[in-house]
Amino acid sequence: MLDKLKIPERNYLNNGHGLASWLLTKDHKRIAIMYLISISVMFFLGGLFAVAIRLELATPAGDFVQADTYNKFFTAHGVIMVFFFLIPSIPAVLGNFLIPPMIGAKDLAFPRINLLSLYIYWIGGVFTLYAMLSGGVDTGWTFYTPYSATGSNSNVVPVALGIFIAGFSSILTGLNFIVTIHRMRAPGMTWFRLPLFVWAHYATSLVQVLGTPVIAITIVMLGVERGLGFGIFDPARGGDPVLFQHLFWFYSHPAVYIMILPALGVQSELISTFSRKTIFGYSFVAFSSLAIAVFGFIVWAHHMFVAGISTYAAMVFSFLSFSVAIPSAVKVFNWTATLYKGAISFETPMLYAYGFMGLFAIGGLTGLFLATLGMDIHLHDTYFVVAHFHYIMVGGAIMGYLGGLHFWWPKITGRMYSEFFSRIAAILVFVGFNLTFLPQFVVGYLGMPRRYHSYPDEMQVLNVMSSAGASVLGLGYALPVIYLLYSLKKGAVAGPNPWGASGLEWQTQSPPLTENFIEVPVVDREPYEYEHVVAKEKHLV
Amino acid sequence: MSNVVAHADDHGHAHAAHHPALQHHFDTMAQQKEAAVVGMWVFLLTEILFFGGLFAAYMVYRIWYFDAFAEASRSLSLFWGGLNTAVLIGSSLTMAMAVRCAQTNKRSATVNWLILTMILGTVFLGVKVIEYADKFEHHHVPGYNYQWAAAHPSTSLGAGEAAGAEHAAPSTALGAGEPHRELSLNADQLQLTTQIYFSLYFTMTGLHAIHMIIGIGIMLVITWMAYKGRFDEQYYTPVEMTGLYWHFVDIVWIFLFPLLYLVERHV
Amino acid sequence: MKIFGIPIFPEQASTFAADVDALYFFIFAVSAFFALVVAIAVIYFGIRYHKTHDGEIGARIEGSLPLELLWTVIPTIIAMVMFGWGASVFYHLRRPPAEAMHIYAVGKQWMWKFQHLEGQREINELHIPAGRPIKITISSEDVLHSLYFPAFRTKMDAIPGRYTDLWFEAQTPGQYHIFCTEYCGTNHSGMIGTVTVLEPSAYQTWLQGGGMEGTLAQRGAKLFNDLACSTCHLDTGQGRGPSLKDILGKRVELQDGSTAMVDEGYLRESILNSQAKIVKGFQPLMPTFQGLVSEENLVALIEHVKSMSPNATPAAAPATSAAPAAATTQSPAAAAAEKK
Repeated sequence: MLDKLKIPERNYLNNGHGLASWLLTKDHKRIAIMYLISISVMFFLGGLFAVAIRLELATPAGDFVQADTYNKFFTAHGVIMVFFFLIPSIPAVLGNFLIPPMIGAKDLAFPRINLLSLYIYWIGGVFTLYAMLSGGVDTGWTFYTPYSATGSNSNVVPVALGIFIAGFSSILTGLNFIVTIHRMRAPGMTWFRLPLFVWAHYATSLVQVLGTPVIAITIVMLGVERGLGFGIFDPARGGDPVLFQHLFWFYSHPAVYIMILPALGVQSELISTFSRKTIFGYSFVAFSSLAIAVFGFIVWAHHMFVAGISTYAAMVFSFLSFSVAIPSAVKVFNWTATLYKGAISFETPMLYAYGFMGLFAIGGLTGLFLATLGMDIHLHDTYFVVAHFHYIMVGGAIMGYLGGLHFWWPKITGRMYSEFFSRIAAILVFVGFNLTFLPQFVVGYLGMPRRYHSYPDEMQVLNVMSSAGASVLGLGYALPVIYLLYSLKKGAVAGPNPWGASGLEWQTQSPPLTENFIEVPVVDREPYEYEHVVAKEKHLV
Repeated sequence: MSNVVAHADDHGHAHAAHHPALQHHFDTMAQQKEAAVVGMWVFLLTEILFFGGLFAAYMVYRIWYFDAFAEASRSLSLFWGGLNTAVLIGSSLTMAMAVRCAQTNKRSATVNWLILTMILGTVFLGVKVIEYADKFEHHHVPGYNYQWAAAHPSTSLGAGEAAGAEHAAPSTALGAGEPHRELSLNADQLQLTTQIYFSLYFTMTGLHAIHMIIGIGIMLVITWMAYKGRFDEQYYTPVEMTGLYWHFVDIVWIFLFPLLYLVERHV
Repeated sequence: MKIFGIPIFPEQASTFAADVDALYFFIFAVSAFFALVVAIAVIYFGIRYHKTHDGEIGARIEGSLPLELLWTVIPTIIAMVMFGWGASVFYHLRRPPAEAMHIYAVGKQWMWKFQHLEGQREINELHIPAGRPIKITISSEDVLHSLYFPAFRTKMDAIPGRYTDLWFEAQTPGQYHIFCTEYCGTNHSGMIGTVTVLEPSAYQTWLQGGGMEGTLAQRGAKLFNDLACSTCHLDTGQGRGPSLKDILGKRVELQDGSTAMVDEGYLRESILNSQAKIVKGFQPLMPTFQGLVSEENLVALIEHVKSMSPNATPAAAPATSAAPAAATTQSPAAAAAEKK
């Protein structure tokens, strides 16, 4: 039954050679690969700045770099990680690659716009990197006025321009996904037969197209304020610096849902596949993604409880902020229930999925502290907040990304990687992550403010613990680069469905054809039907 | 999960059966057009959010500094603004005609209507140049050289110093605002807060003008394609999408005009 | 509080610190409970339902509406409890008691300037008595800052062009951190200080040692004359401006028929934007003092006017002063010049 598996002769990777065939491609899969390389570069660059930050914070005195330099470091870390790594990551790599095969389509609705989004990402990245290397920006990734408008002497406008440009990449990706999911589903692929990964990306795309334009216009306003001396936020002319915060967070809060929703979609696929069981409460999980997207737009001022908003406004936003926690909790419970009476195995993607459950749960629960008004007064702008969002962004989103990458790597490349090293890396990431960020909750409650270059002596032990943990985490991130690249040449051939997963993408060869399918599939089954997968494996169907 | 059924006609051959403009990842022209329409509407939705941030800022400051907004608005030229509104609405009409002609496969009529639309768009931009130039001349550009109080003494009886000098009376080409009631802001405050109005004025109309320039650029390409006979009854989607975009740009102006030009004009 | 010598909790140095910490423990307990439940379930299921043979698949269970409702409704109820409890603690934190002692704080790159009514001025240090509620009115001279006292569990942003405030009642004498918690540029982490809580008698002793220029209100009285306020604002009410005697906490009727409450925000606005609210029966003659009065002199003037209402119970002022109307004390040129 098992012939020796071989990489299929005709696939998207060898369909056309040379740089031009990649740079001018319309194939969503090749575009996804180019995004993969780009965001990986950005991730390690952002990570370098993180290393510098943790090195500085290992000692209370500001003795590693000068204050201005440190300020530029944490700004660079935030800007690169948020705008150039996290926001594109899962959608631009996994979403781009997988959405067409998952729905039975040959490509996204607008392949050339997909390529354009990549170019725009590159251009935005070049601008931003240039600005950072030619002097840097020291406003923090949040660019609050008046400091960013008149106070800072750094390269604010070029960096802002880079982010502005990159925002269009995000918008175009979201637009493409929305149209694709609406109009390109194969016959029989109804909305409620879609994989939950697709639902998650649909919700993400809604947020991308509705939210990103607002940060774009906010950056325009900051640009004219700073570059042309306009007075929209200038208190001396009657302007309101807090208005900037409202506009900024109107996007930037939904942005965090852009960063986590796709990972929540990956999680559903992993939990289902590695317990060989359909997701418990499919429609609840699907709708919870939409609910998170919607509620995410009405909570922005919970970043501003002490920014001078009225007591009344604070109460409203605190109340609404709890609403967005509920759908997330629903997902966690549904995943847990999926495991019940499953047939569970712990290949690397499942290790990431388990890690995700724990870290996302902690991250989400610590959000409750911050939504609670009386509590947030004390915790706002301390390391508690830093720990909270890193639990979700890193413990959640990045683990989701890595789990997804490890899950679909065989499909993308046709190869399997070393299970031994990949499990070690997953464990290192989980352990290193907790060592790095758990102490930050404590030092935050103690009162250590964010963006501090130096701090009081009594906070050193906790900071040293955090910096030590970061080295373990860094090792955990470095390992996949090595064994994944190694697998490209030396990995075992994967075959179409090494995990026994459901989903249309696993019915095709690995790597897929450029056009994904020879014949357009017609769908007549519900998602996550493992009886059928097993029967197919045994050649019974 | 899937029960794969052999598809009737494959895409590798029989191109004659397909419209030359059908892209290979679509099954039918209808699907391709629907995708384009949904995509363009989603894009316009993003544009609404994009301008929306400016409208939000405008709303806040107009409530806070109504008098500054009223005074500054009255300094704008109703003539030029009104003319531009008519020109832009007219250009939407010509654009709609172009789409109709593309839809009915009238090649040269399509080209002519598109050219007319571009001319009207350029007229609009020309008028804006006139208006902007006038603002520069009167130091109504916020920032370093801004001067308000000199040309527009307010009737408030506060003793605030006029912010400086010697300026010719406002040109009659601008319907100069005549303060006609007690204001709650004195000359010094107007010097400051009218800058907020003009910051928004320039940002909003500037952004709008950039959208128009882009629209005219797109129209150049579409006109060329029409001239070359690329469109017919089955495929005129690019013309229609350009039309949607152009109508959107027009609608933005229809909001901008009253908000910027017509604040408390009635008295 | 320390564990193995590592500090993990700031001292509970204010009267509401324990309330905030209690709230923290509640949320912590709830979070820990759910995290543990999920963790235990996930680990247990992972072991109990581990795949045992090839081709084994899980049971076909699609969902359960009762369960979905259960784990939607219960978290919602818990969330509402958290919200309610948090809102009530917040409400307490945002409502300074009427008898609070008043201190002014001005944030500027990169220092905190505190002013006592009795005239003492401190930079990056604040001496306060234990056992008395203290309200700090905060503003900024340049960019955003935020005044944070971890030991008291409260903070508030300093915004240029506006007043904001926070309050606390320190209960334990000692020294505690002051931090700036809104990133403000190069020396943000250097914008720190120490608040020294003294026994009331020790505080009185400390007070005697300073205040060269007299109390804040006395300084304001001198300014009131120097700036010729006294020429229009006669006590008799017959001057060109309304009498300022006993106006604090009163509602005045304005020219356009509306009313306004006389509080610090109103006084500040009247000095800087005198045309905004004209008292009924008076002409709009008052010049604006914008650009002519620094932040520090402004508070001195306000204190002087307040001292003319010796019997007033200060109204519970809203958390932030509402009027943003171009009400800054420095002209843009001066602000720009002072910036670097």
